[in-house]
Amino acid sequence: MASLTASKVLKPIGASGKLFAFALDTFRQLFRRPFQTREFIQQAWFLASVTIVPTALVAIPFGAVIALQVGGLIKQFGAQSFTGSASVLAVVQQAAPIGTALLIAGAGGSAIAADLGARKIREELDAMMVLGIDPIQRLVVPRVLACMMVAVFLNGMVSVVGVAGGYVFNVGLQGGTPGAYLASFTALAQLPDLWVGLVKALIFGLLAAVVAAYKGVNAGGGPKGVGDAVNESVVITFVLLFIVNFVVSAIYLQIVPPKTG
Amino acid sequence: MGVEIEIKDLTKSFGNQLIWGDVTLTVPAGEICVMLGPSGTGKSVLLKTIIGLLKPDRGSVVIEGVDIASCPEKDLYEIRKLFGVLFQDGAMFGSMNLYDNIAFPLREHTKKSESEIRDIVMEKLDLTGLLGTEDKLPGEISGGMRKRAGLARALVLDPEIVLFDEPDSGLDPVRTSFLNQLIVDLNAQIDATFLIVTHDINTARTVPDNIGLLYHKHLAMFGPREMLLSSEEPVVRQFLNAQVVGPIGMSEEKDADELEAEKDMDLPPLPPIPMQLEPSNGQPRRSQRDPGAWCKENGVEPPPGSFEENMTMTTGS
Repeated sequence: MASLTASKVLKPIGASGKLFAFALDTFRQLFRRPFQTREFIQQAWFLASVTIVPTALVAIPFGAVIALQVGGLIKQFGAQSFTGSASVLAVVQQAAPIGTALLIAGAGGSAIAADLGARKIREELDAMMVLGIDPIQRLVVPRVLACMMVAVFLNGMVSVVGVAGGYVFNVGLQGGTPGAYLASFTALAQLPDLWVGLVKALIFGLLAAVVAAYKGVNAGGGPKGVGDAVNESVVITFVLLFIVNFVVSAIYLQIVPPKTG
Repeated sequence: MGVEIEIKDLTKSFGNQLIWGDVTLTVPAGEICVMLGPSGTGKSVLLKTIIGLLKPDRGSVVIEGVDIASCPEKDLYEIRKLFGVLFQDGAMFGSMNLYDNIAFPLREHTKKSESEIRDIVMEKLDLTGLLGTEDKLPGEISGGMRKRAGLARALVLDPEIVLFDEPDSGLDPVRTSFLNQLIVDLNAQIDATFLIVTHDINTARTVPDNIGLLYHKHLAMFGPREMLLSSEEPVVRQFLNAQVVGPIGMSEEKDADELEAEKDMDLPPLPPIPMQLEPSNGQPRRSQRDPGAWCKENGVEPPPGSFEENMTMTTGS
């Protein structure tokens, strides 16, 4: 009985250990030649094509909500001229990486998990190993790198679209002035804010791809197994991303002092 | 020329569930072996353990002096180049057409030019009767064709060992016969070691040189074809002759009551041993033995009517 409880308690630790081992394997295979350039480009293109439109569509309301919320709040303080700055800060530092993460995990990660899971149950991955080729080097590494790259680009896109959306709503609906919105950009925001947004996107892309690939490669039990793998990979990635976002933000705010006035 | 597979005390379990234990056998070089067993006895697991896709709990699988069960990953990838494996559904790469699928191992592991690759791929396509389908995607062809394509891909690197995972599942009797003939012809041609996992007794009775039977979590018997086909051992006899009477029940094993009930039932007589399938060009294979040779050597009287031409293939009663 005691050993049964122990094994139940230890199970999640074992699972995360396996995920970590998988990530390490992927890292090791990263340096094995030949690098799969073709697969990398194909995957990057594929990920971009499934994420660009939804990301843009998410970014507009994201920017708008921030503009409305912050704009309203700031008006009450009588600091309308800083709306632009607040908007940039919120979008670039938080909204852009989170929006990117949701789309990368939801659209990109699920596609990766489904693809690898289907290959797993069709025994394609086994066949590959038998033919002397490591599926991690061949399939997982290009996907992880592609996912990281696309995440960074998407982050840039969300930033631009979000800030532009905020501008439209602030100027069009809240009666803000274009000059004040643009001129206050640099009042509170600073260059490291942009960097941390990019770094976050890079980490999110990595996490989403590694989790999705791990779940896909370990799918089992027929078509239902693939469905479960996709489902689990999206849920796990979401949870992980929000935790990591919190940690990175906390560390960033500690080491980079906010700009004053 | 084929290499030997030496399996010793192999044990595998998933969690607390033992799949099979203490499996010891030697698959002789260049011969055709069939591994039989009721559904769910871990035949495919055995196959995957032999190629190192699954790690056994105990025991060793030695091929050319390398123990697959314990060697490092690097050696494993190296030794796997000796293998050709036909997976249950062919396991073709869905994103490539048949030509690229079959050319894949050549492009990965050899420095052959595209024209040399083309010659080899076309030869294997011809061998498996797939000429003209090379531009098709695996999703666009039938299951039987996918299997043959999988076989073509397994053969391009001139393997020393070819493993077949249920080559006859999901095929009609005619296609199964063609595939069996192809297996025998291939063995005559390339002299590799063949290990076939199946539960089709017709294949088991006519194709191999040796038969093994996995039953109740262990290897019940392994030996020359005639030894098993003339065996009075209840499990072997029941399975190879597809009978209801015997220790194998609908779910794994019969219980004591059921065995008691059929205690007095007469076992139907052993059906005659059929002729072994010969290569279609009439040239005997290197490992082929004369019909009845084993029985004569060991003083076993084969069931009446054995080794007659055109005998009936029906089994059971």
